Order: sequence, then C-alpha cells, then structure tokens
Amino acid sequence: MPLDAKVPSGPIESKWQKHKFDMKLVNPANKRKHRVIVVGTGLAGGAAAASLGELGFEVLNFCFQDTPRRAHSIAAQGGINAAKSYQNDGDSVQRLFYDTIKGGDFRAREANVYRLAEVSVNIIDQCVAQGVPFAREYGGALANRSFGGALVSRTFYARGQTGQQLLLGAYQALQRQVAAGTVKQFVRYEMLDLIVVEGRARGIVVRDLVNGAVSSYVADVVVLATGGYGNVFYLSTNAKGSNATAIWRAHRKGAFFANPCYTQIHPTCIPKSGDYQSKLTLMSESLRNDGRVWVPKSPGDKRAPDQIPESDRDYYLERIYPTYGNLAPRDVSSRQAKNVCDEGRGVGPGGLGVYLDFRDAFKRLGRKVMDERYGNLFEMYERITGEDPHDVPMRIYPAVHYTMGGLWVDYNLMSNLPGLFVGGEANFSDHGANRLGASALMQGLSDGYFVLPYTVGDYIARGGIAKIDTSHPAVKDAEREVNERTKRLLSIGGTKSPDQLHRELGNVMWTDCGMARSKDSLTHALSVIPELREKFYKELRVTGTGSELNQQLEAAGRIADYFELAELICYDALQRNESCGGHFRVEYQTSDGEAQRNDAEYAYAAAWEWKGVGETPILNKEPLVFENIHLAQRSYK
Amino acid sequence: MRISLDIWRQKNPRDPGHFERHELADISEHMSFLEMLDVLNQRLVTEGKDPVAFDSDCREGICGMCGFLINGEAHGPLRNATVCQTHMRHFKDGDNLRLEPWRAAAFPVLRDLIVDRSALDRIVAAGGYIATRAGSAAEANAILVPKPDADKAMEAAACIGCGACVASCPNAAAALFTGAKVSHLGYLPQGQPERMARAISMTNQAHAEGFGHCTTIGECEAVCPAGIKLEVISRMNKDVIKATMTGRAADVQPIAALPPSTVTRFFESEKVAKES
Repeated sequence: MPLDAKVPSGPIESKWQKHKFDMKLVNPANKRKHRVIVVGTGLAGGAAAASLGELGFEVLNFCFQDTPRRAHSIAAQGGINAAKSYQNDGDSVQRLFYDTIKGGDFRAREANVYRLAEVSVNIIDQCVAQGVPFAREYGGALANRSFGGALVSRTFYARGQTGQQLLLGAYQALQRQVAAGTVKQFVRYEMLDLIVVEGRARGIVVRDLVNGAVSSYVADVVVLATGGYGNVFYLSTNAKGSNATAIWRAHRKGAFFANPCYTQIHPTCIPKSGDYQSKLTLMSESLRNDGRVWVPKSPGDKRAPDQIPESDRDYYLERIYPTYGNLAPRDVSSRQAKNVCDEGRGVGPGGLGVYLDFRDAFKRLGRKVMDERYGNLFEMYERITGEDPHDVPMRIYPAVHYTMGGLWVDYNLMSNLPGLFVGGEANFSDHGANRLGASALMQGLSDGYFVLPYTVGDYIARGGIAKIDTSHPAVKDAEREVNERTKRLLSIGGTKSPDQLHRELGNVMWTDCGMARSKDSLTHALSVIPELREKFYKELRVTGTGSELNQQLEAAGRIADYFELAELICYDALQRNESCGGHFRVEYQTSDGEAQRNDAEYAYAAAWEWKGVGETPILNKEPLVFENIHLAQRSYK
Repeated sequence: MRISLDIWRQKNPRDPGHFERHELADISEHMSFLEMLDVLNQRLVTEGKDPVAFDSDCREGICGMCGFLINGEAHGPLRNATVCQTHMRHFKDGDNLRLEPWRAAAFPVLRDLIVDRSALDRIVAAGGYIATRAGSAAEANAILVPKPDADKAMEAAACIGCGACVASCPNAAAALFTGAKVSHLGYLPQGQPERMARAISMTNQAHAEGFGHCTTIGECEAVCPAGIKLEVISRMNKDVIKATMTGRAADVQPIAALPPSTVTRFFESEKVAKES
C-alpha cells in the first residue's frame, strides 16, 4: 500500500507556516460539539489535551496511573533542546535540524524534523511562561548545557529533573482545563482497544482499573500519546507500568507500526545487580559533560579504581572519538561499552560495567559546583548502589531506554487510519534510527502544544465524520473482544506469574535483538518467540477476578501484547540489512566497527501491517527523500 | 537476610481490613524494598493466593506513585527517599516490618496499600498553575529571574505529589503539598498576577477535601522524599493572610467541574451490581 506522508510543498523553511495557513478551521462556537479522546498524560498527551481543551474542544483524557502527573516523561533527567542560540555559539534552527537528522543516522523524515527544530524555540517560551523553573545564570537569563551529538550548548534544564518540571507545567495547564470543564480526566483507566467505524478511528474501549468495569467512549478523533515499548525487553529504564498495549491494539486494528527495530540502548545506566531486578535506572547523559568514561587497559584487572594509575586506564571514548569524546551519541557510546566488556575489560560484578569518573571534574570545578549540577544524580546513585560517586567512580552499563519506532504517522501526525493521531514516543516520526539526548522532551511538547492542536482541528474541520454513539455494532464488537481476552487470561490456570514469563521473553530479546543483532540471532528469536507465546498461554496464572482492582491481570494483558510485538521487532530487524543508529547488524559494519548504512536500498521507513497472530506481517515502505541534507557517513571522530 | 512482614490487607474500600503475616528468607540486601515485595508476590501467585496490591511506576523516586508506611514511617527509615529507592541494606536481618497504606480521611484505601489521592489533583486544579495560552508566550529571556529566586522556585517545585506529608501529619493536612505549589509559582515573576487568588483557592479546596489544618508540627518535612521545607507553608499562610486583608480573596473564581474521587467509582459499581 502506498504511504503518503502528506508533506507540504515548498522550501523546507516555510512548509509548516504554509501548511498552517492551508488548514481549515473549526468555528469556535462549534468546537465544544467535537469530542477528542487523548490517551496518555505525558508531555505529548498532557500538552495536547490541555491545548485542545483550551481551544474549546471537548476532551476526554485517560491514563492508567492514579494521576496525570505520574506519566513517565516525569523521569527524564537531563534537559530539553531548543535552537535559541542564547550562547552565541553558532546554533540555529538549521543546525538543530541537521544535528537531529544526522543523530538519527539519516532515517527520519526531513520535513518533520525541520518543524521540530523550528517550534523548539516556542516550547521554551511556553514553558517559561507556565513557570517551569529552568536553571538560570546569575544575570537572570536561562542557562544551557551541552548534550551528546552536538557541538553547541542548547540544552535547557531544571536540575536533573527537567522532565518532571516540564510535565508538571503541562499537568498544571491540564488541571486548569479540568477545572474549566473542557477536559474530563479519567485516571486509573486503561485503553484496551481501538474502535474503528467505516475506516476511521472513532473511540476506545477502556477498563476501569478500580472496579474492573469495561466501557467505551466514542469521539471524532483519538489521539494516542502512550509512550514507547522498551519494556518488551523486560529490563529497561521505563517505568514498571509503561506499556505498548494502546499502540499495539491500534496496530491490530489497522494502524501501521513503523521501524520497530529502532530501539535505543542508553549508555549510562546503573548495572543490574541480581535476577530479582525489576527495572534499570538511568544516570543522565548530562553526566558525560564532566565525567570521563574508562576501563582498565588490560583484561581481568581487578584492582580498585583508585589503584589503577593513569597509564593503565583506557579512556576509550576520548581515544576513539577525539572530537566528541565522552559526548559521542548514545548508540555509539553503548556499542563501545559493550565492546570493551566483551574484551573482558568490564568492571564490577560479572564484568558488565564501565567507569564514569568525576575525579578530574571535582578537581577542576570543586564539589560545590559539581553538586549544583549533578547533586541529585549523585544521591540517586548512592541510594541504589550504596557507593558515593564523590569517592569512587560510578559504574555504568547500557540499558534499553527509548524506542524510536512506533505507529506510522504522516506530517500531520495522523496514522494511516483516519482520525487516529499519534504523538510523542508512541509515534515513529522525528528521531530516525537514533534519538539524541534532550530531544524526547522537545518532541513530546512540540507534538502536544504546537502540532496536534492544529492538525486535529484541521481533520475535524474537513468534516465527513458521521454521528455515532456507543450502541454502534463496532463498539459492541470491540467490547466483546476485550472481555474475551480478559476471560482467556483469567482462565489459563497455570503456575507462573506474568512477570516470570515476561522475563523469559526479555532475555531472548536482549540476547538476540539487543545492542548487536545478526541474521542468525534474529532467526533464532523468531523461532523461540512463538514457543514462548504458546507457553505464556499455557503456564500463566492470574489470580483474582476481572471485576476488581487486579494488578496481575493488568500486567498479563500488557505482557500478552509484548509476545506479539517482540516478533514484529525481530522481523523488522531481520529485513533491514544494514546498520543504522540503534539498529546494529554485526554483518554490516565498517572496518573500524562503525554502523554501515545502505542508503541505496534502505533509505525508507518500514511500516508494518498486521496480518494476525503468528502470521508474517506485510511490509510497506515510505521512501525517505533528502533534499536539504547531504547523506553522509555519520562520524563523530 | 530474613524479613518478616505484617502487611495491611483490604480487599476493597468497604472491607474493614486486617494485618497478614509473611516470612521471607533469602532476601538480598541489594534488592529495593519493592523488589522484595515483588518476590513475595511471585510466591503468593505460585501458591494461588492474592498478591499484595501496591502502587509503583517509575521505581526511581520521581513519579510519586509509590508510598506506604513502614513501621509507621512514610516511605520507611531512609531520609529524602521514596520507598522504591529504599534498598534492603537499610534493614537488619530478622527485622519485623509493619506495612500500612497512607492513613487520612481524604485518602480512602482502594486495596491493600493503594489509596485514592485524587484530592491532590483537585487542589492543583483549584489554582496551582499560571494561566498561559499555548502559543501566546513572550520570548523566554524577556523575563529575567534572579538565580536565587529560580533556585527557590525549583526547590519547592521538586514536590513529587506522593502524599507522604499528609500521611505523616497528625492533622492529615496537605499544607506541605499545597504550600510547595503556592511557593513554586509565587517565587517567579510569571506567577505574580494570580498569586493571591491561587493561595486562597488552593487552601479552600484542601479544606473542602477534608485535609486538616497545619499546626506546624513538622512531621511532613521530616518524611518528605523531595526535601520540601516547612518554610513553604509559612509563605502560603502569608499569601492567604495578605489576600484576605487586601480583599483579594473576593477575586477567586468558582470552579466549574472537577473529577470525582477514584473511590467513588468503586461504590458506584457496587450500586450498579446490586441493582442488576
């Protein structure tokens, strides 16, 4: 099926302005008659719901947590990029655009990325006006720091809690709309299916997590902003509850899933300490501004770090990438960490760790300045590991962090299913094969405050949306499916908890489809995953009933979807016979071990179409055309 | 290490609830407290028993979803940390720990250690924001904020909304929570126009929700995982007094629509079940 990205014509600098002017508007008096469902309350969902409510639409906003302020955007530490060029260091919209395309290894759609860079400046204005307490210089102006993959200082931050502060800004704007009556807030609800009527997305089926009741809501538009699918690997930096169910259910109803194999492994996480581990904790990449990454030069060097003299240390990022050094992008840094550990030079339990050392920075800047910059991160590290980074270097190791893939969307952030819009990490649009640090917050807020409020309105204004209510047969069918699925999960009567079975899937994914993938490993995964899925439906035990608060049932439903999504990730990784960004195929690397792209054959977004459980999905391609940027081998040396 | 737990079990908001004893052996000191509960739940599921329900999400201390009392202390013995960040190395082999949900009239128990904290959202909805339309903001550096003010605002804004302050207060007041938001926005130039109205509406809402008055006991500050200082309450009180004295309290707009408590959904569904 041909995919039309609906990119407006004209020069890239004026596409968005022109497109906004070409949009149709809804009569302000009629807006309240149009209902928009927004699922998710993170930066994209919260900002979209608040902005659409402010415009006057009737918004229903759902989240599975107990309040919208818990969405996982809250955990983002480092910062948010914007092309403000306050540092007078040569930044511009053009440069942020270029860095993001290059950082994504030339696998993102140019027009979307340009718009992202363009509205990045408005985001900072908006957040400051809302009272987000960004870090300031003594003169009262906004402060900046540097982040991976950039040679300019364009990252705005609020201590190590930038995501929290931006999310609270959106949350407060949202609560204001709740009080005004434009947004209806539904907390502790989980979306379990998408309702499609005559080819358009028209509503959702939800389960009330407090009392188990299943019900449906219909609307003119459904916006999914439900985050990424990193938890398919079991261990990741995502929150325990982060899940792919909303986007996966939409995929099963016809929405294409694009580039699922683009998964980002973050280089600076706290290493795993045991089998009971429930999640991995990220240490912000901003630490690499002042921390130096190293391992002992010789394998098996068991000396304590302070006993290893300078001459026996290998600061491998500085050695291999003299220009970017410790600020090399995430995929590159992760892969190098894996390489040195594979060589037996890793540190800590199991040799799965590298040092991130602040010794030199403490000498240069002093403890006070360092604590101002990273104090909460140092505390966090000490709390988890029992070691104080003031005294000993941190031990870090890569972990699954972010998923660049997601539901396919056009320039308007609408999926191939009319009426289904997708924002934030849940879509595939802006980061290509690798996301740069501090760009997730930028994309979430760009989608939520500045793109969706326009494009959703345009879709509604173009009309043709029939009137329906929840008695429609499509609604009843979707509800029946949901109830049957719940019944099935409750009636298996095995002996294993959902988490136990999820861990087994995670192991396969991490080993076969993690930092390094090959035809063999992926073929192996594709043969094992269906067996594991079968096992899941035989050995699962969900205690309790469907008509009560039941966390095991919630987990089981989410994990059931991972068993299908995992397979799609492997199909995608297997068809992409090249290495790019977060997707590294060992068969395709340069002589010095860098990712080897194949632009002639793979410069496309892979948009997969669902064909059924255990069936081979169909691949649709959106060719990526680069008119403004010259395709180049990505080099950070 | 060996740990014995007395855990509050309550099937639903109507159930009177009781403590249940569980013994755990082979607990690693590197486990987080919640991972220890995961191990217990795993065992309960294998035995076909109901696992312990508790809230958690990010498991790194920032989302504010987790929290319960360990031996009467909100988030347990570790200062400036949530329960998800508290590792077993902070306990001793053979410890007996009593786990209870937050106790406050405004936080009804939904199940086991899970409570309904939607009252906190309604306090924010009452005025915990700066009204600004998306797209209408002025150039960010047009508003200069002295660094000390920005730092103070950030300190107050660090609140994670977990409710530990309420659970620890003998009056079950939400003063630290409300004061933190009033102070965060009140420190900033952008927050001035609505400052007086904000203090009045937020405190009114807190009282309407059934939270008690602050009598400056300071238990809240002691347990706050985000390190919010008691001074935010003084700042809030100052704003409330000033607003009242200057007649600004009259400017407060009534609120149109607020979502009902989560717990009401349980009682509604119970009613529906009875009728059908």
